[in-house]
Amino acid sequence: MAKLVVRIPYLWLLAFFLVPFLIVLKISLSQTAIAQPPYVPLFDLAAGWPGLRNFFSALSLDNYVFLGSDPLYFLSYVKSLEIAAFSTVMLLLIGYPIAYAITRVPRRVQAVLVLLVILPFWTSFLIRIYAWMNILQHDGPLNQLLLALHIVREPPAWLSTTTAVYIGIVYSYLPFMVLPLYATLEKLDETLLEAAADLGCPRWKTFWLVTLPLSAPGVLAGALLCFIPIVGEFVIPDLLGGSRTSMIGQTIWTEFFANKDWPTASAVAVVLVCLLVTPIVVFQYQAMREAERA
Amino acid sequence: MRKVSAFNVVALVAGFAFLYLPIAILVIYSFNASRLVAVWGGWSTRWYAELFDDTPLLEAAFVSLRIAVTAASAATVLGTLAALALVRFGRFRGRLPFAAMIYAPLVMPEVITGLSMLLLFVAISADRGFWTVVVAHTTMAMCFVTVIMQSRLADFDVSLEEAAMDLGASPLRTFFAVTLPLILPAVAASWMLAFALSLDDLVIASFTTGPGATTLPIRIYSAVKLGVKPEMNAVCSIMVGVVGIAVIAASLLTKLGAARGTTAPS
Repeated sequence: MAKLVVRIPYLWLLAFFLVPFLIVLKISLSQTAIAQPPYVPLFDLAAGWPGLRNFFSALSLDNYVFLGSDPLYFLSYVKSLEIAAFSTVMLLLIGYPIAYAITRVPRRVQAVLVLLVILPFWTSFLIRIYAWMNILQHDGPLNQLLLALHIVREPPAWLSTTTAVYIGIVYSYLPFMVLPLYATLEKLDETLLEAAADLGCPRWKTFWLVTLPLSAPGVLAGALLCFIPIVGEFVIPDLLGGSRTSMIGQTIWTEFFANKDWPTASAVAVVLVCLLVTPIVVFQYQAMREAERA
Repeated sequence: MRKVSAFNVVALVAGFAFLYLPIAILVIYSFNASRLVAVWGGWSTRWYAELFDDTPLLEAAFVSLRIAVTAASAATVLGTLAALALVRFGRFRGRLPFAAMIYAPLVMPEVITGLSMLLLFVAISADRGFWTVVVAHTTMAMCFVTVIMQSRLADFDVSLEEAAMDLGASPLRTFFAVTLPLILPAVAASWMLAFALSLDDLVIASFTTGPGATTLPIRIYSAVKLGVKPEMNAVCSIMVGVVGIAVIAASLLTKLGAARGTTAPS
């Protein structure tokens, strides 16, 4: 009985999470073919040992060499990491004051505010990005407001700019930043702040010396929870950034759906996972420790 | 003594305005009688009425609902089992890789999950369609379910179960007669969140879908790719409403559940 409880989800995850990854890895090492499916199948179980030998001898790093030779891919990775890093910093700067302020209000109100933070978190990315397409379009509400206030003379173009991508990312990921920050700040021992105040420490210094260091786990959790998925983000740069910003998620999508080059798409994905492996492992370690403590 | 400074008030007001204004604007514009965004043509429900004539859209919505119900149910069962495994069966062999596979999908970029799922389905030559999307959504959502159930089970009072077993109930009977009723609100909350995740997903569904299984997000995406459309404002407003109600219900249920069974009744 106990064995079954462990085994069923275990097998499910092996079959539908781990195995698919191994397949991606394998296909990234195969040749592109004009066929359906568009790659040369490498493994033939019926062939036995010779088949296995063929399998290993046919593996090639050609797709990876190709990725290295075309600066498009390199620039796409750099752009994604850059956008993810900058937006994570922006999210921290915006999310921290919000999370901090939530801990200051009475308990009852806190519960409501937390729910209000969670609510958009479950509303689809697509809809939230679409909402910004509405606002940022040429004759949309933002430009109407700017014109009415005489801040601009000519309506500026917002869509298809990197600015729009940043707005979309910060907007979509804000709950992911606020929630872990709130979770650590809420547990903060008030008496430490009182002690600092009693000893004559000014409030900004107390914040810098006590609150901020103690909230480091929340900062780390929030930063990872945002940074990792942002690097591979597709919907936001696709709808708000247009063809101008090419993030790596869009590259995989285009290779796959438009160019039908599955081996290259797989290679791009494998390199992306390699780039993200360190932050993902740190995130898992943190999440596990958090769960053990509870 | 807690103090709400002016700075805190500004942070809260600005923060929540930022989170909610765009959605509010979307909903308001969905009632705009004019097709042009720049022109306010008065209040009207005409875009909502037009939705009912859009057969492909309604079909897509129906497909999405069926996928979401199936995937959410499967994800809730699997996720609850996984949470039980992690919380109750402490140090079984292979616990670390298991936990790693639970937490990785939470942050894994969707394009990678979608791509790898599709390649699996192609490798085993499964016909892509309704069931492949269900399997993909189940896998993605079960990890979120596990995290929720794990925190619920962690503060569960085990002595209630021990009492049942001392009185001669089998482990299975104990689970259904004692454990399940107590964790039911969290189970329901997990189901609703899994449902919302599945209903909203575009990327994974795009990779794993096949003929005849176009989901609502896929249809919305192809419609808005080229620009804002008033009909889409109406669809999105409806979806915001549905998800909003589901999440509020889910959080009320969790709150209800938190009050029950955390400590043994004296």
